[in-house]
Amino acid sequence: MMRLSDAMVEHLRGLTDWPDLTGTRYEIRNIIGRGGMGTVYVGLDHALDREVAIKVLSVEDHARAERLGREARILARLEHPGLVPVHDYGVLGDGRPYYVMKYVRGARLDEYATTAAESHEKLRIFLRICETVAFAHAAGVIHRDLKPENVMIGAFGEVLVLDWGTARVLGDPETTTATVEGTPGYMAPEQLDGHANLCDARTDIYALGAVLTCLSSGEHPAIDAIAEVAAAEHPDDRYQSVQALAADVARHLAGEPVSVYRESFTERLARLASKHAVALALVGAYMVMRVLLIAWR
Amino acid sequence: MKTPLYGLILGGGLGIFDGLSALVSAPEVAPQIVSIVIGSTAKGLITGVLIGVFARKVRSFPLGLAFGLAVGLVLAYGVCLLNTSAGQKPYYWQIMLPGAILGLIVGYATQRHETMTG
Repeated sequence: MMRLSDAMVEHLRGLTDWPDLTGTRYEIRNIIGRGGMGTVYVGLDHALDREVAIKVLSVEDHARAERLGREARILARLEHPGLVPVHDYGVLGDGRPYYVMKYVRGARLDEYATTAAESHEKLRIFLRICETVAFAHAAGVIHRDLKPENVMIGAFGEVLVLDWGTARVLGDPETTTATVEGTPGYMAPEQLDGHANLCDARTDIYALGAVLTCLSSGEHPAIDAIAEVAAAEHPDDRYQSVQALAADVARHLAGEPVSVYRESFTERLARLASKHAVALALVGAYMVMRVLLIAWR
Repeated sequence: MKTPLYGLILGGGLGIFDGLSALVSAPEVAPQIVSIVIGSTAKGLITGVLIGVFARKVRSFPLGLAFGLAVGLVLAYGVCLLNTSAGQKPYYWQIMLPGAILGLIVGYATQRHETMTG
C-alpha cells in the first residue's frame, strides 16, 4: 500500500474543495492563496481565452457572502490603476458567491521588501500605494487591512492594493462592523479596540506607517520619523491625510527636509551635498583644474 | 525665471570669475585683464544662452552635459584662434580646459533648473 505525504494529502484536500464552475465561462486551474474569507484561484476565461483570478467564498455563510459581494462592488466602483479591475460576479451552484478579476503576475510587497531593491525604489512603491489609498479615501472607502501581503508588485512595475474585504465605506452602516478585523501589527489602536465607528482615513495612515517601517526601517532617520508619526497611537497625532504623508516621503526622495524631522547641521550638510553631488563635483573639478594649471606654470 | 535667462546669468557670472582667475593662473596677462574679462564674460553669456535654449528643447542630463561640454570647448577654441590671429600666445590649456568645465557646469545647472521649473 502506498503512503501519501502530508503535502499530497493537503493537495488532494484542496482539489476536493475546488469550486464547481460548471455552466460558467470559467475553469479553475490552480490555487493562488487562501484568506480568511475566501480562496483565490487562477482560472481560464474560455470566452476571452485569458487567465483570470477568481475569488470564491470558502464556506457558505450569508454574512460572508454579503461581504464578498460588497468587496466586489467596492472594487468595481473604484476604478484606478492601483486597484485590480473586477470583470465579473456570480453565484455558484452551491450558493457560494465568487468574483472574477484580472490575474496579476508578480511578487507580494513582503517578498519584494526582502530583495536587494534600492531604498529609493521601495519608497517610490510606497508612494504608489499612498496614491491608491488616497484615491479610495476620496471615494469614502477605508481599506482597514493594509499590509505588505496585500500589495502586489506586477511584472511591469505596477503596484496594486489588494484584499478590500474588510473595507469600510464611510456613511454605510453595513460596513461598520463591531468585530475586530485586520492584521495585528498593522491595526491602529482604535481598530484593535473594536471601535469600528472611530475608524477613518487615519486608521489606514497608521497601517501605512507600519508598512513604511517594514520597507525602510533604520535606513534614514527622516523616514523613521515619518513612519513613527504615521503610526502614532492617537489618530490626532498622525498625519491627517495620506497626501500629507506621501508629500513628506516625496520631499525626502527629492532631497528636501521633511516636516516631522528636525535635522542636525551635519545631517543638513550631508543632505545638501547628496542633493547637489554633481554640481559640487563639477565645481570641485574646476577648482582642481585651476590649481593644477597654476602648479603647471 | 526662463532657463535661457538663467543660463545667460550663470554663464556671464562664471565668465567674469573665469576671466579674473587669469590673474592667478597667468599673471603676465595682467595688463590685458580688462579685455580678458570682457571676452570671457561675452563667451560665458553666449555659452549660457545657447545651453539654456538647448535645455528648454531637450530635457536630458547626459545630453545637456554633452552639449555644455561641446559649446564650452568650441567657444574656448575660438578664443584661442583669435589670440593666435592677433599674434598672441594661444593658451590652449588655460582657456579650453576651464571653458569645457564651465560648459559642463552650465549644462548641468540649466537641466536642473528646467527640471525644477519646467
